[in-house]
Amino acid sequence: MSGETMSGQEHFDALIAADARVEPRDWMPEGYRKTLVRQISQHAHSEIIGMQPEANWITRAPSLKRKAILMAKVQDEAGHGLYLYSAAETLGTPRDQMTADLIAGKARYSSIFNYPTLTWADMGAIGWLVDGAAICNQVPLCRASYGPYGRAMVRICKEESFHQRQGFEILLELANGTAAQRDMAQDAINRWYAPSLMMFGPPDEDSPNSRQSMAWNIKRFSNDELRSRFVGMIVEQVKVLGLTLPDTDIRYNEETERWEHGPLDWKEFSEVLAGRGPCNSQRLARRREAHEDGAWVREAAAAYAARQAGSVGAGAVSNETGAA
Amino acid sequence: MSSDSATRITPGNALRPEDIAAAGTRADRDTAAYALRLGDDALVLAQRLGWWISRAPELEEDVALGNIALDLIGHARSFLSYAGSADGRTEDDLAYWRNETEFRSAHLVEQPNGDFARTIARQLVVSFYQFELYGSLQHSADPTLAAIAAKAVKEVDYHRDHSAQWVLRLGLGTAESRGRMIRALELTWPYVGELFDDDELAASLGDRAVLPSSLKPAFDRGIAAVLRQAELEVPAVPSAPGGGRRGQHSEHLGYLLAEMQVLARDHPGAAW
Amino acid sequence: MTGGSTTGDDGSVPVTAGSTAPDSATGGTGTAPTAAGTTAGQAVIPVAAPALAAAWPLWEVFVRSSRGLSHVHAGSLHAPDADMAVRNARDLYTRRNEGVSLWVVPASAIIASDPDAKGRFFESPQGKDYRHATYYTKSEGVKHL
Repeated sequence: MSGETMSGQEHFDALIAADARVEPRDWMPEGYRKTLVRQISQHAHSEIIGMQPEANWITRAPSLKRKAILMAKVQDEAGHGLYLYSAAETLGTPRDQMTADLIAGKARYSSIFNYPTLTWADMGAIGWLVDGAAICNQVPLCRASYGPYGRAMVRICKEESFHQRQGFEILLELANGTAAQRDMAQDAINRWYAPSLMMFGPPDEDSPNSRQSMAWNIKRFSNDELRSRFVGMIVEQVKVLGLTLPDTDIRYNEETERWEHGPLDWKEFSEVLAGRGPCNSQRLARRREAHEDGAWVREAAAAYAARQAGSVGAGAVSNETGAA
Repeated sequence: MSSDSATRITPGNALRPEDIAAAGTRADRDTAAYALRLGDDALVLAQRLGWWISRAPELEEDVALGNIALDLIGHARSFLSYAGSADGRTEDDLAYWRNETEFRSAHLVEQPNGDFARTIARQLVVSFYQFELYGSLQHSADPTLAAIAAKAVKEVDYHRDHSAQWVLRLGLGTAESRGRMIRALELTWPYVGELFDDDELAASLGDRAVLPSSLKPAFDRGIAAVLRQAELEVPAVPSAPGGGRRGQHSEHLGYLLAEMQVLARDHPGAAW
Repeated sequence: MTGGSTTGDDGSVPVTAGSTAPDSATGGTGTAPTAAGTTAGQAVIPVAAPALAAAWPLWEVFVRSSRGLSHVHAGSLHAPDADMAVRNARDLYTRRNEGVSLWVVPASAIIASDPDAKGRFFESPQGKDYRHATYYTKSEGVKHL
């Protein structure tokens, strides 16, 4: 088949119809590009803002092993944000632009990170429920029609495989620990359950963008499908913990072959999304502060690089560190 | 598939802190006291560096500082596990249940993070010191200390490179970065001397330990080379007396420990 | 420690063409995001990095996962210069033992083939079955052939 004889739109449509991948320099509809930039950058922002609730406990982790695990996990999230920003950059939006939008409050990120981490058990609940929900969302994204997005997700899913497990094991230790630890674990599950279910996005009938995303093979399953699948997993897993989910309406519907759950407070969801969650302004302020405090460092490195390039020519930068 | 090879991951097979604990080798009292110093330096510095994750100047640097902090936590866990073996205590018993005066860290690692330049100045000194230290200690007559040092020396070699690269860029970058770097060196240097103070313990251990003063010439040479390249100088500031190895600490350590230990101490006897 | 060179330990420059061209290099500002159908017909398009104040340029990272294998594109990162780029690559792309060697290449230095020239570039090998052993069926079953 010759690219020259097909219009951009025809070529794009043929790729999607064949469930093939779209690559950065292929022609693509403007809506597709915009949808991807929005979704990938939101995803990246979520990783970066999502570092904060967990970083909140790095200094207080109750054992050195847990401290190391938590540091590695939060560090992974920086890496994941970075992989995703790179994927978005292939669509022509530089990382700096996306960061500027984020700290100006113009970009969205996953609402769940606007809730506070109040106890150590929240590290467990976030790993188990929040990362668990994220993984349900992300695994199908490994097959997203946009190549760089799919490839970033493959790497992220591989790295995240330990995130959910370490969270579950934190809860398992607490559940098998003292009464106070057990209470802490149950309390964390109670607080993170509903927000984690809402991570899949609004119900299908209220999710206008979903249908187009599915037609473009960016999204593979609907919000409700994924949410139902997730409920089915955690309803079994919570039994291993010997704890409960704060939802007495969970049941398997034989007819629809879906797991059903109790009503979710979508009003709260839109409140948090609109910026009126418990930690919205704190999270953004912290990101802005890190970015602004780092400006002189980034400028210094750029100035040094420019000077080296000017004076010695490429490739002959510092002769290592002089440390050897 | 070659496309898989870029994401193929393995745990590797190096010495882990758990291996030290599981080996069951018991340190004698003096060796344990020595291991405690090394472990406390690494632990306190890791605690400091961990703060940067999510606050670094750029995402790449969040990851870089995170890697350094994780290396240091690993060293701390190994040394503390070995130190605790003398009297049946775990790494966590030592990290979470000792009071301030029982810690043996040097004042340098207790210093606040400050701005990025200050963290880098502290990293410069610690990494060059630890590189010389572990480089010697890997030949220790004590096989456990030697094994921990043999892994650690390769890791701190990278830390040394990381700090040196940044000293160069901050020193020669912009007027602001240069000013900050100079100030950071001035704030850091009073605490350099303590690292190289000999005492009875280090002397009495003979070829099992490393005499701190013996590391100074190589340290000075390494630092001088980096500073020269960055067109900086060793600041002419007076030395602070130190005392960390005797349990006399800077004002900063108490706060650091209060934060680090609060949760563990709320739940005596709990497992995590 | 790796030296200032960005071309890797065997000295060969990682030549990229066609489908192996890294994503970011091929997608940056060269094909402007505004543009329904702007991909004009030059066969070879160098891609410039975006210039924001103090923004660090983009680099492509190639990882050799073990001896005997090629360096494979792993992803991208930002770094102020080559020395930091190779270090950032180490910190980002090898923290789970993924590699024994790294290449970093300025994204702007990569020359990619033009996707609009797909026919001109890649049609020719199609249908030339005789370049492949499977074309020769009559000798099937003959040992050591």
